[in-house]
Amino acid sequence: MACVRHSLLTASELSFPARARAGGVRGGGGRGRRRTLWGLVSGGIVPWSVAALLAVGGCTPSPASRGGPEQPGAVLQWGGDAEGGAPFVEADPATPDSMRGFDVEIAGMLAEGLERRPRFSQVAYASISASVERGDYDVGLSGVEDLPELRERHSLSLPYFEFREVLAVRAADTARYRQLSDLAGRRVGTLGATMAYDMLLAAQREHGVVPISYDDDVHPYTDLADGRLDAVLLDHVIAERALRRSGGFVIQPTALARGHYVAVFARADSALRDSADAILRARMADGALERTFRRWSVWDEQQRAHFDRVLADEPARAVASVRAGDRGLTRYLPALLRGAALTLVLSCLAMLLAVTLGIAVAAGRVYGPPVVRVALTVYVEIMRGTPVLLQLFVLYYGLSNVVRLPAFLAAVIGLGLNYAAYESEIYRSALMAISPLQLEAARTLGLSEAQVLRLVRGPQALRLALAPMTNDFVALLKDSSLVSVITVVELTKQTAIYATNIGSWFVPGVVCAFLYLALSLPLSRAAIVLERRWSHP
Amino acid sequence: MSAPLSIRGLVVRRGAQDVLAGVDLEVAPGEVCALMGVSGAGKTTVLRAVAALQPFTAGEIRIGAVALAPGRLLSEARLRPWRRAVGMVFQAHALFEHLTVLDNVTLAPVHALGWPRARAEDVAGTLLETLGVLPRAAAFPRELSGGEAQRVAIARALAPDPPLLLMDEPTSALDPARRGSLGEVLRSLAREGRALVISTHDVDFARAYADRVAVLSHGVLVESGAAETVLTRPQHAATQALLHGSPEGEAWPA
Repeated sequence: MACVRHSLLTASELSFPARARAGGVRGGGGRGRRRTLWGLVSGGIVPWSVAALLAVGGCTPSPASRGGPEQPGAVLQWGGDAEGGAPFVEADPATPDSMRGFDVEIAGMLAEGLERRPRFSQVAYASISASVERGDYDVGLSGVEDLPELRERHSLSLPYFEFREVLAVRAADTARYRQLSDLAGRRVGTLGATMAYDMLLAAQREHGVVPISYDDDVHPYTDLADGRLDAVLLDHVIAERALRRSGGFVIQPTALARGHYVAVFARADSALRDSADAILRARMADGALERTFRRWSVWDEQQRAHFDRVLADEPARAVASVRAGDRGLTRYLPALLRGAALTLVLSCLAMLLAVTLGIAVAAGRVYGPPVVRVALTVYVEIMRGTPVLLQLFVLYYGLSNVVRLPAFLAAVIGLGLNYAAYESEIYRSALMAISPLQLEAARTLGLSEAQVLRLVRGPQALRLALAPMTNDFVALLKDSSLVSVITVVELTKQTAIYATNIGSWFVPGVVCAFLYLALSLPLSRAAIVLERRWSHP
Repeated sequence: MSAPLSIRGLVVRRGAQDVLAGVDLEVAPGEVCALMGVSGAGKTTVLRAVAALQPFTAGEIRIGAVALAPGRLLSEARLRPWRRAVGMVFQAHALFEHLTVLDNVTLAPVHALGWPRARAEDVAGTLLETLGVLPRAAAFPRELSGGEAQRVAIARALAPDPPLLLMDEPTSALDPARRGSLGEVLRSLAREGRALVISTHDVDFARAYADRVAVLSHGVLVESGAAETVLTRPQHAATQALLHGSPEGEAWPA
């Protein structure tokens, strides 16, 4: 008995943070009643909690009366990614402050069953499970895929929806590309850190497919239509939505794999998960879940079969995991090193462009005629005054009707153009900092203006610019992580994939930080040596 | 090297004010001319106008066959012959901080005149030796003393071998012993046939080393003549004030 009690108390203590905050919203008034309700709900599902309920209600000091953790509040905080959009979660076009989608309705069912009020928290798709674990909300719901390693790290609900991984190709390729094995050497896009992405990585090893990772599930399909990709592998729900929205491709009828959407809870919150499972079973049985899926046009006979299996308590058909084997650092290190190398090459090329262009812009602003000066000033202000992320989007997606740049080239150009604006300001102020007397001395010696710039003003300005340039290069090294939005998998993106796969940011974060430092410290060191040589010859 | 400097009716107007209000000056080859006057009299403006660093409003500046006209400065390309004829030593020396002493001196011969580096270094070595700073050839400007920096600046100005050398306040940062040795340098340059114009308010220095003294006051040349004459029997109040107020505190001998 004591042992059973202990386990319940531990569970509620561990899951305390999210609920305590939710409870705080309402104030302390109905604390006792909600506590009993919470006990009833969990007690109805898990037999041992009935005993626990007795203990809570009677003989043992409860956490609350000890001044310990509070009981669940009247709010069910749930996290999802509205950027993922319909039919999962999207901002309601009529009232953009409220959400709609089948996951929104499921959150509503869970809240209702728990006698709570649902409240939505926006969270990036890739962070849904990490966020629930740190207690940002009670449950994550946004087309979260049922993956073995997720099951190891968190409490997952029963699979409430079965999706198919389907291949989307351009109409002309319908006969050519039916399987991943047909796509050797071809670029296949998907959402990063998903089951589909892992399938592509496996297909890369087996068939030489080129996986392209996206941060969202819209651009893979527009890039497919534009010819940047040869195929997209994603959930049929997403594929069908993209087909309705923009078209330009066909969906191959054969499913390459099956997967399930689940709700994700903190690992210690298995009691809440159990309550949720009971609610989901009830809604499967009474047809509410079917009505929801019908409303969002994702119901089919496959779901009926799936529901029947779940209600018969059959374990969901095992998803063929492509993530078997060692999940340790050694498996990911080569990919991280590749990411680091890409970051370095990308940064060096972008900096080269930025320096070259920056010198030209600075020279134009110092020596050029008024028209040139105004034009260059406008360029600098636009580049400095708008987010580099926006510039990358415009360059890669916005201009894709005019010029279809490969992702890596777009990344180099985007970062280069942006940093050129900053570099040009450094060079300009360095040029202005050279004493006019130095220039006059050079002129009286008979040097031409170009020679004055090349032999006297430029070299002296470069010495002044060295420190801020180094600074910018280190900043560029880190800003290069932004290019993952245009499908370039550099060090940070690679780390994010690694972290999502193993469900922890700790080791990947440390390794990633170490790699960035290994890139930037020698650079700072070289700059210091160079600076010293110039000032103490 | 017979290209005397001839300044006629030089006017420099800044806004409504005449910084120079019609200056006439002739300097012959082999002559050291001291341009004197209190601060603000216009000495530096004359030198800058002659060095084509400063446009002038009216008048003419001529060195032999080449002349500068009033109005905007010519482009550097069209100023080339003028630059070859005039060397300038700035008060603050203005050595190129990023170059060694030797590179400072060879810069103009190599890049403006297109000499081979060996020849330029040869000439630079001779100049630096004459001026007593050859041991500092590999040093950078910030490592030099004031006197060394000035002599390197002179070597740099002389490297293209200009017939006219301008020096702005060359004695201002020198102790008496250094002043004496600078004076000897100027005399030897004059003996080579160069014309030298130095701006100074150092009466002793001018008396000892200048052939001629021209006194400026409020942008006007008020007195000009042999150094001995002007500095012993000054005719103009400005010259007298200059002598009374000389840094050495020397009284004007009656």
